[in-house]
Amino acid sequence: MMRRRWTATVAITLASVLTLAACGGGGGKGAQPSSGGGDAKKQVEVFSWWTGPGEADGLKAMRQIFEQKNPSYTFFDAAVAGGSGDKAKALLQSKLQADTPPDTFQGHAGAELQGYIKAGDLEDLNFLYDELKLREVFPAQLVDQISVQGKVYSVPVNIHRSNVLWFNPSVLKEAGIAGAPKTLEEFVADLGKVKAKGKIPLSIGSEWTVTHLLESVLLGSLGTDAYNALFKPGADWSSPQVTKALETFKTIMSYAGDPQDDWQPAAKQVADGEAAFNIMGDWAYGYFHNPPDGGLGKTSKKDFDWAPSPGTEGTYLWLSDSFTLPKGAKNRDGAVAWLKVAASKEGQDAFNPKKGSIPARKDADQSLYTDYLADALKDWSSDKLAGSIQHGVSVNQPWLAAITEAVGLFIGSKDVAALQKALADAAKANAQ
Amino acid sequence: MRRARTWLPGLLLVAPSIVAIGVFVYGMLGWNFRLAMTDKHDEVSEGKFVGLDNFVSIWDQPRWHISVNHAIMFTVVFVLGALVLGWFLAFLMEKGIRGEGTFRAIYLFPMAVSFVATGIVWRWLMNSGMEERAVGLNRLFDAIGLPQWQWFRDPDWGMAAMALPAIWQMSGYVMALFLAGFRGVPEELREAARVDGCGEWGVYRHVVLPLLRPVTLSALIILGHISLKVFDLIVAVSGKQIITDVPAVFMWVAVFDSHDPAKGATIASYIVLSVAVFVIPYLVWSVRKERRS
Repeated sequence: MMRRRWTATVAITLASVLTLAACGGGGGKGAQPSSGGGDAKKQVEVFSWWTGPGEADGLKAMRQIFEQKNPSYTFFDAAVAGGSGDKAKALLQSKLQADTPPDTFQGHAGAELQGYIKAGDLEDLNFLYDELKLREVFPAQLVDQISVQGKVYSVPVNIHRSNVLWFNPSVLKEAGIAGAPKTLEEFVADLGKVKAKGKIPLSIGSEWTVTHLLESVLLGSLGTDAYNALFKPGADWSSPQVTKALETFKTIMSYAGDPQDDWQPAAKQVADGEAAFNIMGDWAYGYFHNPPDGGLGKTSKKDFDWAPSPGTEGTYLWLSDSFTLPKGAKNRDGAVAWLKVAASKEGQDAFNPKKGSIPARKDADQSLYTDYLADALKDWSSDKLAGSIQHGVSVNQPWLAAITEAVGLFIGSKDVAALQKALADAAKANAQ
Repeated sequence: MRRARTWLPGLLLVAPSIVAIGVFVYGMLGWNFRLAMTDKHDEVSEGKFVGLDNFVSIWDQPRWHISVNHAIMFTVVFVLGALVLGWFLAFLMEKGIRGEGTFRAIYLFPMAVSFVATGIVWRWLMNSGMEERAVGLNRLFDAIGLPQWQWFRDPDWGMAAMALPAIWQMSGYVMALFLAGFRGVPEELREAARVDGCGEWGVYRHVVLPLLRPVTLSALIILGHISLKVFDLIVAVSGKQIITDVPAVFMWVAVFDSHDPAKGATIASYIVLSVAVFVIPYLVWSVRKERRS
């Protein structure tokens, strides 16, 4: 009897110890794709947040080119769902801290990568830029804006535009507005005219879409050079010019409709003729235009139309998805092979028409880009460039978090002075 | 040797969980408190000991006040709402209605749903669109002539609306607790009260309710600690917006967006301390009670 109890005790104890050990080991192993044996093809783990319609198709098209050109590698798609990569970035953070980075990961080109660079997670890509002569095919201003002390750390695959004013032509006509407003003053006047007709003048989504709106208003009010100067060391966010821009922002926000759940319902209000204007990045084009599975199936120029956001004509407020080369990844050669495809004309022309963006390269095949994208491509080659705030070009992640918080508080308080002070403090703490 | 035989098997049985809890709960708690007392405000710096500086300076941030106020409003509405509704449902059941088992199952089902699923459904129900743009509850209210509301987007009372899905989810559980409590009241006591001339209401007021105090306390503790840590429900309904900010969401933003581990750890410490305020008195009380009996 006694003996049986002992045996049982030992068995249960051992079982629990084993379970614990299994949990500990499993976590590490499960997260990593196995690299395979001697004769198996080597895997390249590509980490992104492209899982939605359009973007996932674009990734697949690039993957086909990669596998064709590199028969010795297999592509491992480590995509994590979730718009703008919130969840992906959190997972990436833990992978980097555990020193088990993916072979290459997606990140917005520009200051968003600063944290990773500072932590020594990324290898600089100057060698690749020299080898492929990328400085000649990307716009000089683009390379300049993503360089950190002369070094480039990522390969931009696509370009999106942030400063796009989307509008509903029939709602504008009904309110007696001849065309898209060219200046912020005209814009405010037009918002008033729409309000008088009882429609929503400007639709907005959740809080990040308001930060998105703010960057277009800042650019429109300050002008390109003064806007770009805001992100240089010692920039002055407490100037009267910024005060004026923020006052305009407050006026514009007073015409905003009820906040929607996200940017899509806000854009839909314009497409449905409930609202007149919406300021959103050009990913909205795909949503307006694509057939009902994933889009609204609207006709461009008739159901919806676009223009540069007020006061920003001639400037491309850009953002870009890019790929990096993490230090200490298992398959560096495979990652470099992937970056070469991502940087190539062929790769970018396969990816971008599907994703609904334009290539970062200047030598794209223009016939592939129609309707909105043709306009975008034309502007991209001639416009001045300014980097987006909300989408990680001009400010690093802590700075963006501080700006997001300031804007969130402003939505509740409507206090311009407090907003400006918070923005100035954020710049002081984070500009470098 | 004989004595070891009596206690050793028991110790061996619990040893793995003691070790696991020691490392993964108390070890991590200690590590978190230590991190909160450093100036490690980005991932790469070493982090020097700064004492309680972070705990003090966080009160200078307007967002912290907002999230604490939100947590308090959410907790008050959620705990009171779930207690009252749960008690009321149990009271109705206790009268012995027909098909009690079915009703009990129906009221308990929401507990089987995760907060994330609840949140996604209620995000639609509590859509703030009004009049011709109304969907969800506002559409219903419009149809039956009740006033429409902005729900969780209301600047002042939004967090009270946010507590509704939590009440919906947890009141069935509170009902089950109370029902067990009601059933635990001996019939003799009720009869004795009736013999002494108590009305039916008096029986509840003077006999049943006082005997339910331990159950109420347990329910209060369980709901209170869920409420102070709430994260998934908020994120599912509104994401990380200031208008529905709570400490747990603020902590997430501090760690993963602001890349400020010390600030995140400070907020985490405050969450643990606030839950401890609920749990420790309860533990002391229950240990004392066990000794007495």
